[in-house]
Amino acid sequence: MLWTNIFAGFGGQGVLLIGQLLAYAGMYEDKNVSWLPSYGPEMRGGTANCSVVVSDEPIASPVLSMADCVIAMNTPSLDKFESCVNPGGKLFINSSIIEKKATRTDIEVFYVPCNEIAEQLGNPKVANMAMLGAYLEATKAAKTESVLDALLYKLGEKKAHLIPLNREAIEKGAESIKK
Amino acid sequence: MAKKLMKGCEAVAEAAIQAGCHFFFGYPITPQNDIPEYMAARLPKVGGCFLQAESEVAAINMVYGAAASGARVMTSSSSPGVSLKQEGMSYLAGAELPCVVVNMVRGGPGLGSIQPSQGDYFQATRGGGHGDYHPIVLAPSSVQEAVDMMQDAFDLADVYRTPVMILADGIIGQMMEPVEFHESTSKRELPKKDWAATGWSPASGRPRAVVNSLYIEVDELQEMNDRLQARYKIIRETEAKAETYNTDGAEIIVCAYGTVARICKSAIAICEKKGVKVGLVRPITVWPFPEKQLKEVMDQPSVKKAITVEISAGQMVEDVRLTVNGAKPVEFFGKPGSYTPTAEEIAEYIMKSREA
Repeated sequence: MLWTNIFAGFGGQGVLLIGQLLAYAGMYEDKNVSWLPSYGPEMRGGTANCSVVVSDEPIASPVLSMADCVIAMNTPSLDKFESCVNPGGKLFINSSIIEKKATRTDIEVFYVPCNEIAEQLGNPKVANMAMLGAYLEATKAAKTESVLDALLYKLGEKKAHLIPLNREAIEKGAESIKK
Repeated sequence: MAKKLMKGCEAVAEAAIQAGCHFFFGYPITPQNDIPEYMAARLPKVGGCFLQAESEVAAINMVYGAAASGARVMTSSSSPGVSLKQEGMSYLAGAELPCVVVNMVRGGPGLGSIQPSQGDYFQATRGGGHGDYHPIVLAPSSVQEAVDMMQDAFDLADVYRTPVMILADGIIGQMMEPVEFHESTSKRELPKKDWAATGWSPASGRPRAVVNSLYIEVDELQEMNDRLQARYKIIRETEAKAETYNTDGAEIIVCAYGTVARICKSAIAICEKKGVKVGLVRPITVWPFPEKQLKEVMDQPSVKKAITVEISAGQMVEDVRLTVNGAKPVEFFGKPGSYTPTAEEIAEYIMKSREA
């Protein structure tokens, strides 16, 4: 299998982090992965994005112009990347912040109320994890446990107490798109 | 050893340390800042020395000093900074000193952009500074390959007493990929550095080591140049490397290096779906250019033409043309600056070129 993904949002929403967690999780599951951030003036106060490839085969291009999945955490990201979803691909929209609907009809669209889920859990910082939960549910690109292993590696043992909260955010995000 | 997810810059720095490089002199510039940052954190812990110089010119001359004393030493920069290092690189080549210089290439000319580019190919492969010299130039296309190259980069520098350049684009520097560090062991027989200036006393029983690139007498300068050219001849004959991919029976051969070569592999898959067989020749060493490997592939009767793809106005394409030497058409696809072509654009060009 091959999953090509673009994660995009405001700097500070944690889009680079959830992209990285997916890459780590894929690596833990013995898949080939690449994580390529946009680096440049757009990261400072503006929008940030990263391209993540998870594949059973060696990865040819880590540079994506089109992707199977686009994760849009804010409106400018949706405007910029909606057209980059491959036909038949998946578009994930943070419906807490993005008021408009997708215009494409040849793709599957998921509306995830990320910030509301995070607020219900009492910590607005886990909105990105709710989105990652929805993504994992829809794609099965990696297991939740692998993602949490990756998060523990990133956080370190001292912050291990944050794992249950993040697990809950992933689960609520996943539930939000179950029909 | 378990795989680690690492940024290209950090992985290159770690691989250099594992290859025995304990000295790093540099100056900040995007997109290679993660190299000095990593070196600053790690080198003191392995008994090495990291120093941020006051400029790129100072940094490369510190490299000269450390290399003259026989140490494994490295510097890194990105395009405008590497331009500043060229005088020093010419001196290193002239003084026959080994070192490794990493260039995470960004868009140019001038300050250009901080995005990936391949516009430094001419500078890297033709020498860059004054005089008749070439550094050996290695062009990785993945983070793992960059890691695997580092040990040999230092070994090549020592064996041939020459600067070695790692020519990578900003994508290789900024991208994270899983890497494995194998125990670094040299695959070459390394010569003794009896030329190094390590301190002399009458009791040392050897002549004073003098490291120098100034030869006032015509004959002496000729001797030094002959020595360099003799080495370059051996390097050309024995050190050229390339990856060939999907080339058997291919109709068109794409020639590309670095990240662009990987994008070409995706383009090749798109062409394959349309029933067109396209192969890839990816130079791993861009100097020496892998003439033999490319020529062998181009000589196949099935091959109609070559298309070189670069993030430049067309630089490596000249080496491809020199190699093919008019036997078959050689086309160029790419843009100068730092526009990275997409797989779809490359595939579209290949398909159109085929009909033309």
